[in-house]
Amino acid sequence: MADQPSRNRLEDKLDAAWVWDRVAKYAIFLGGISAIVFVLAIFLFIAREGLGFALFDLDVGYFFSSPNWRPTAEPEPQFGALALIAGTASVTGLAMLVAVPFALGSAIYIGEFATGKTRETLKVLVELLAATPSVVWGFIGLTILNPLIIEVFDVPVGLTVLNAGVILGLMAAPIMATIAEDALKAVPDTYREAAEAMGATRWQVIRQVVLPSAKNGLVAAVLLGVGRGFGETMAVLMASGHSVNLPTSPFDSVRALTATIASELGETAQGSDHYRVLFTLGILLFLVTFVINLLADVLVRRGDKKQA
Amino acid sequence: MVSGKSSIKLNIEGLKISYGDHVALKGASLEVRENEIFGIIGPAGAGKTSFLRAINRMDEMTPGMKVEGKLEFNGKDVSEWRNLYALRSRIGVVFPLPVGLPMSIYENVAFAAKLRGVKGRDDLDEVVERCLTRAALWDEVKDRLDSLGSLLSGGQQQRLTIARALSQEPELLLLDEFSIAVDPVTTMRIEEVLKTLRKEMTIVLVTNLVQQARRLADRTALFLAGEVVEVGKTKKLFSGEAQDQRTTDYIEGRFG
Repeated sequence: MADQPSRNRLEDKLDAAWVWDRVAKYAIFLGGISAIVFVLAIFLFIAREGLGFALFDLDVGYFFSSPNWRPTAEPEPQFGALALIAGTASVTGLAMLVAVPFALGSAIYIGEFATGKTRETLKVLVELLAATPSVVWGFIGLTILNPLIIEVFDVPVGLTVLNAGVILGLMAAPIMATIAEDALKAVPDTYREAAEAMGATRWQVIRQVVLPSAKNGLVAAVLLGVGRGFGETMAVLMASGHSVNLPTSPFDSVRALTATIASELGETAQGSDHYRVLFTLGILLFLVTFVINLLADVLVRRGDKKQA
Repeated sequence: MVSGKSSIKLNIEGLKISYGDHVALKGASLEVRENEIFGIIGPAGAGKTSFLRAINRMDEMTPGMKVEGKLEFNGKDVSEWRNLYALRSRIGVVFPLPVGLPMSIYENVAFAAKLRGVKGRDDLDEVVERCLTRAALWDEVKDRLDSLGSLLSGGQQQRLTIARALSQEPELLLLDEFSIAVDPVTTMRIEEVLKTLRKEMTIVLVTNLVQQARRLADRTALFLAGEVVEVGKTKKLFSGEAQDQRTTDYIEGRFG
């Protein structure tokens, strides 16, 4: 191209565009890895405070099998986390029973039936609901659901697994619905059209074509909801009754892992066994949510690949 | 059944289709007779696809699409069908781009039969083999009926959608530029299939390929910018005896 000197772009020169491309590339790279750096930093911090205790000083068998959480007992504190694990698990489990039907129902309605203004309004409302601060939900549990449960079921306490589960379910449902709706939207319209042209009813199309092809995304939505429930602190703290208890019915008060950390960490001496065992609870939470998110991610990816 | 009336499959008078202010079809009138292949030719934007969509009331899935006028299927206006799904199951549709539903090849073809209430595995097996054979696909896929329909090649997927349409046992088959994503050899094979299907059903063939209409259609209509310019025997139109100069021009490739 030497015979075209006016066309600078064609010469082998590191021009401004080339330099900007490099700069942008590294800036974006930094932004991208910062997320990984932060996650790693958080994990290292929690591990530094809690892992040593978990590995060397903690009776792990007792930790997982005893419901006795008496971290300040004298002379021998007891670090049994079973009641806390059961508390979190029971509340999250009930929350999913509440959230999944609501979330899938609204996702299917918004994604498959609603049109135009209805659809846009509903989407905004659901997203607004998803952005409601958890303390507001906790407040609702405390002041509305609590007396309601006492009255309807004729029980002495209303701050229970039932209360926290319902609150957490209502909290997780809009997030699940948003993600589930994205999964439904990813199903090409041509599928719906082809099936409807064959004489399938709307319900048959949804049941036999849309839901099966959105399956992975829907499972991911549910798993992210589970992760959300697992990690939720404030609403559960306010609605669950916060008493260490192995629940035998939905009307028992329980205490969640997250709420335990939140309420006790401020009162412990830094470096004490109590302080370090709370970080061990943190590691447990971190691992569980990490595994759930990873599972969700893998499922979404597998779904993407299949459709390609 | 032998009276003149019953041999008319589609009777269309003053059919107007619009999307908001845009009019896609300005009052079309024509009839499609039983057991004929009725070709529709015309450039893009002529209203051919809108016409097909109106026949099985796909307009109800398209926001803003409005259909007016008379559109009789077997002597009864399609808008009078109370069970839309029953109407649609009697009409098979093949879209321009093949749509393999995200299920196995077997399930793709068994889908319509299952909707119809066919249950036994033997009966379904029979439907699947018969329809795939008729769509000239059976030999290529008989050993992998369980693999995903969407993994087939474009030409194979189009034959799969034809097999699927046939599995509805339709009285009327609507083909919308089926050969757009299909190679010439496969196109010829599908055309041979269509010729044999004429004995059992009525076919409306929308095509961009003027020569395809010439090869297949008994009668042909030219659509132009929302207007039905001319309907006539294909032989006549293609032998220079068209009534309208625009028909001759279009067929001979002078515009469009």
